[in-house]
Order: sequence, then C-alpha cells, then structure tokens
Amino acid sequence: MLKIEDLHVSIGDKEVIKGLNLHIKEGETFILFGPNGSGKTSLLMTLMGFSNYTVTKGKITFKGEDITYAPIYERARLGVGMSFQRPPTIHGLKTRHLVEMCGNGSKVDVERLAKKVNMETFLDRDINSGFSGGEIKRSELLQLMAQNPGMVLFDEPESGVDLENMHLIGEMVRTLLDGEIRPNLDLSMKEQKEMGSSTCGLIITHTGHILDYINADRGQVLYNGHLCCEARPRDILEHIRKYGYQECVKCLK
Amino acid sequence: MKKVDLNLYKFDGLEHDAVADLTTLNAEDKEQLLMAGVDVDSEETSGTFLQVDHSNVHCGSTNKDVEVMDIKKALEKYDGLPDYYFKLVDKDKDEFTKSAAENLHGGYFVRTKKGAKIKAPVQSCLFLKAEQSGQNIHNIVVVEEDSELQIITGCAASHGKFTGAHFGISEIYIKKGGKLTFTMVHNWGENVTVRPRTVGVVEEGGVLLNNYVLLKKVKDVQSYPTIFLNGEGAVARFNSVLVAPEGSHIDTGTRIIMNAPNTRGEIISRTITTGGTIISRGHIQGNYAPARGHLECQGLLLGGGIIHAIPELEATVEGVELSHEAAVGKIAQEEIEYLMARGMDEEEATSTIVRGFLNVDDMGLPKKLQIEIDKQIAELDSSDAM
Ligand SMILES: Nc1ncnc2c1ncn2[C@@H]1O[C@H](COP(=O)(O)OP(=O)(O)OP(=O)(O)O)[C@@H](O)[C@H]1O
Ligand SMILES: [Mg+2]
Repeated sequence: MLKIEDLHVSIGDKEVIKGLNLHIKEGETFILFGPNGSGKTSLLMTLMGFSNYTVTKGKITFKGEDITYAPIYERARLGVGMSFQRPPTIHGLKTRHLVEMCGNGSKVDVERLAKKVNMETFLDRDINSGFSGGEIKRSELLQLMAQNPGMVLFDEPESGVDLENMHLIGEMVRTLLDGEIRPNLDLSMKEQKEMGSSTCGLIITHTGHILDYINADRGQVLYNGHLCCEARPRDILEHIRKYGYQECVKCLK
Repeated sequence: MKKVDLNLYKFDGLEHDAVADLTTLNAEDKEQLLMAGVDVDSEETSGTFLQVDHSNVHCGSTNKDVEVMDIKKALEKYDGLPDYYFKLVDKDKDEFTKSAAENLHGGYFVRTKKGAKIKAPVQSCLFLKAEQSGQNIHNIVVVEEDSELQIITGCAASHGKFTGAHFGISEIYIKKGGKLTFTMVHNWGENVTVRPRTVGVVEEGGVLLNNYVLLKKVKDVQSYPTIFLNGEGAVARFNSVLVAPEGSHIDTGTRIIMNAPNTRGEIISRTITTGGTIISRGHIQGNYAPARGHLECQGLLLGGGIIHAIPELEATVEGVELSHEAAVGKIAQEEIEYLMARGMDEEEATSTIVRGFLNVDDMGLPKKLQIEIDKQIAELDSSDAM
C-alpha cells in the first residue's frame, strides 16, 4: 500500500530524513519509535506533503501511485489521512462544517460520528479554538472517521490524554484501522466486517499505550534520520525501556 | 483623511412622503432594507425607524417600554433634550458635525424605560435614495437604568453607482446597569462618503456591545467612535468585520476610555482588503486601576490593497492591564494545509478560511439578516477578487 524508497527530506538546509526505506502492506499497522528530534513527525508531514518538508531524493508510492511530489489534497483524496498534533484554530469554521467537508463529496452523518468520540457539544464551536490536548485528539479522530482513509498517520495518540480518553481514543483508532467506520454507507457491523479491512496505519508512539488497543504488526526505530531495529512493536518497546535508544546506534553500524 | 467637498451634495429639498405600513413596500425596496438590517416583515421587532434622504418616512414602537421617535419631534417634545443633545459630541468638532447641527434632517431618538428588558430589536435604517443626496443625521440612544436593548441599524444607498454623503452624529447613554447591543450594517456604494461621529458613555455596571459589519464597497468612510466607561464595572466590546474592495477607503477605529475601577474594554476587528485601503485604528486608555483592555486586529490582504493597523494602548495609572494582538498579511499556510489534508484543494481551503474569517455568527444577529450577510459573503467569495 505504502512504499518509501531511499527517502531524503530537508527542512530548509537541514536534512532530517536521510535515506529511509519502508514498506507497509494493506491492512498492516506499523509502529514508529525513536528519540525526540529523530525525524518521526517530519516523516509523517512529508508523507502528507507539507510544504516545509522538501524531498531531495527518493520516492513515495501509495496505492501504486507516485505521490512524492503530489499536492496535499490529492494524497488526502487518494486516502492518506493524518491526525495533527497541533492543528491550527480557524476562526468561524465550525467543527461540524469541517467534518462534513471531510467526506469529500460523500454524505457524512456528523452527529453519529461525533457521538462516538464524545464531541457532540463541540460541533458548533470553531475548530480547535480553545480545545484541550485530549479534545484535539478526539476532534482529529472525528475528522479522520469522516474521511475514512486508506492509511492512517497518527502522531503520538497518547500525548496529553488522560486514561479514560486514552481508552476512547485507542478504541477509535482501532475502529479506523479495522475499517469499521463507514461514514456514509448503511451497512451492519457484520457486513462491514466481512468486507475486511485494507486500512493500514503508521503510528508514532513513545509510551506504547496505543499498543493495548490495536493490532500492530511491525515496528521500527527511527534514529537520526535512519530506520533500524525492525521487530515486533512490544519487543522494541521493551528493549528501549531496558537499554534506551543508545543501543540503536550499534544496530545501525 | 480625505478632504470632502460638501458642494457635491444636496442638503436641501430631498423630501419624501411618509410610508405608514412598511410591508406595503415593493420587493426591491424590502430587499435593500433587509441588506441594511431592517426586516419589514418581521414580527420580532420592538420598533422601526426609517429615514430616506431628508425625511423620516416611518417611525414607531410596538413595545411600550421603548420610545422610538424622530429626533426632530423628540427635540420639540422634550424641550431640546437638554441632557442629551450635543452633550457628548462637540458641535464644532468638524464641518460634518457643524453641518448636522445647522441643518438637521433627522435621526432617531430611542429611549428605554427603566428596568425594561426589551428582547426584540429596534430596527433603524438610514437610506440614501435621491442622487447626490447629502444627509445630516443625529441619533440619540438612552438606555435607562437596568434596562436592556438591542438596536440594529443599517445604512444603505439605493444602488451601487449612487453618489451621496451621509453625516451622522450618534450620542449613546447607557445608565447604571443598562445594556445595549448595537449592531451597525453598512451597505453603501462606490461613490458614497460617510462620516459618522459617535460618542457614548457607560455608567456603573453598564454594558455596550457594538457590532459593525461593512462588506460592500464604499468610497470613503471615516469614523472613530469614542466610548467612556465612567462607572465601576462598565464594559464595552467592539467587534467589527470589514471588507475593502478596490476603490474603498475605510478609516475606522474605536477609542475606549476607562475612567472607573474594574472597567473592561475590548476592540476586535477582522479586516480584508481585496484592493482597497483599510486603516484600522484602536485606542484604549486606562485612567483608573484595576481596569483591563484588549485590542485585536486581524487583517488579510487578498489581492492587493493596504491594511494599516494602528493600535494604541495607553495606561496613565499603575495597575491597568492592557494587551494587544495583531496580525496583518496573508492566510497562514498552516491553516490552508490543514484543510488540504482533509481533501480540499488550495482554492477551496482558502475560501473556507475567508468565509470563517468573515463569519459573524457570534454577533447574535436576527436570522434573516444573518442569511443576508452570509449571502453577501458568498458573493464576495465567488467574485474574482478572492
Ligand atoms: N521548521 C523546522 N525548522 C528547522 N528544523 C526543524 C523544523 N521542524 C523540525 N525541525 C528539526 O527536525 C528534526 C526532526 O524533528 P521531528 O519533529 O521530526 O522529530 P520527532 O522525531 O517527531 O521528535 P519528537 O519525538 O520530539 O516529537 C529536529 O531536529 C527538529 O529540531
Ligand atoms: Mg514529533
């Protein structure tokens, strides 16, 4: 589904991703670890296509299409969906309106989706205006559910989230990945299950809490712009807990 | 400020007959009025005032708790309104106030009854109809103790190519515990010159919420209302949304003078130019502590034009807290990209942000007016300028 080949990315003069290869298959969820400043967020932003992140070399293919230099909205329409860590407030743009627009032409049952993430009372507020950390996460999930993406990019789902909300967010991320959210179709759960899920995910985590909720197949550590240490996510987490990221340097050599 | 040649306009002889029942107006006139904030078919009003050129053609109140009168009649009835008439505005301030003092054409006198909470708004419209009409207006609003009132006042000209001038003095008195929501919608034209002169006083515990919407082209507006917060706990909030297409020259701002403890002043303006000039002023002066003031100016340049924000904060005693936020330029790339990540192309994203920027939902306008303004925003949005 997603294929990254020898990707080099710069922010201004600074190279933040230095030759990265990654392949995520249909229905697979990939967990990205790595110390602060190692380039995780930059990778996600590059996959979404943000203008600050210049691809200097390499190729990104999604669903067989070369999207290395595609505009953001084309990627979104192709099925790339991202949860923002610090989304901007947009004055006068009601959350409800934005969620409706996330459907990109297909009708969205905003109320029903909002209920799932406890956001009913936020629908008539300006998007992100005064939202708390946890509320931002829920609002981002709400938009993603309306988008119903083929690939979910999620940057630290657990940061700034209390335990109760973590549960809710974890469940919702799983629902997204399992492809059970059909914002427009009126299918029963059973029918939806039978359709199977082709949705894949790329999730960044430091704490690993999200692993309690989702079926994560593979993981890797991003260190200083390079990927290393491919293993089961839980094992990587365990390893980092015990030995820290320093071990990764050895692995790279 | 641009020089205004008074000789271009007719200040005499543009009289009109009274219209007893506004619902008898034709559809086109109704639409014009609606665009300026007057819904003649609305049941939800407490009073209506309509001035066309030099005549007050309709005036009346449907709520006994609020007086709505032609200013000339009020001056007669109340011996020249000695407590209110030219008590805040200086007659000799400039040629416009002089013109309005010497040759008064009309205006409204609105006064509430003490303690009356008047739910439905009083609607007023000051209309320029005859070509080259020059209109001298004097409005007086008195919100008596513990009463509440909402005024929606529209100003409009009969069509876009129309030439005319509107000079309007407004004096606003909010007594102890009174609350006034004053919403002004301007709908002039490319050859209309406008000089409002407004001064208000808010006494102890009083509140003035002022909304100003100007989305259509105007040749030249210059206004700088001044509000004195003279009683403890008095509050004034000014909220304006301005658009300057090419050819518009808008020089407006608000001055809030805080003269009592625990007063609060807030001035927020959102401005867009698509080729015109906007000078966005603001001045908050704190002369008594504690008092708090906040000034905010957001400006977007969408295809040429000038936005010149001139915010002033002035504290004359220790303990006054004044703050200021301003951003003038283009739409933040971050906002555009956020929406693009949801599937909108750049144009859709930009237009969504602009519509949000101009959104006036928070002004609490009556539904029909809100719809009318949304329509105007949509028109702006679909025009080439944005
Ligand atoms: N706009 C920018 N200008 C310059 N450098 C930047 C910019 N944004 C990010 N960087 C740098 O790029 C590097 C990678 O940052 P990135 O945000 O991708 O790290 P991260 O792995 O997500 O870290 P964290 O775990 O702290 O979120 C860092 O050194 C950071 O300082
Ligand atoms: Mg990060």
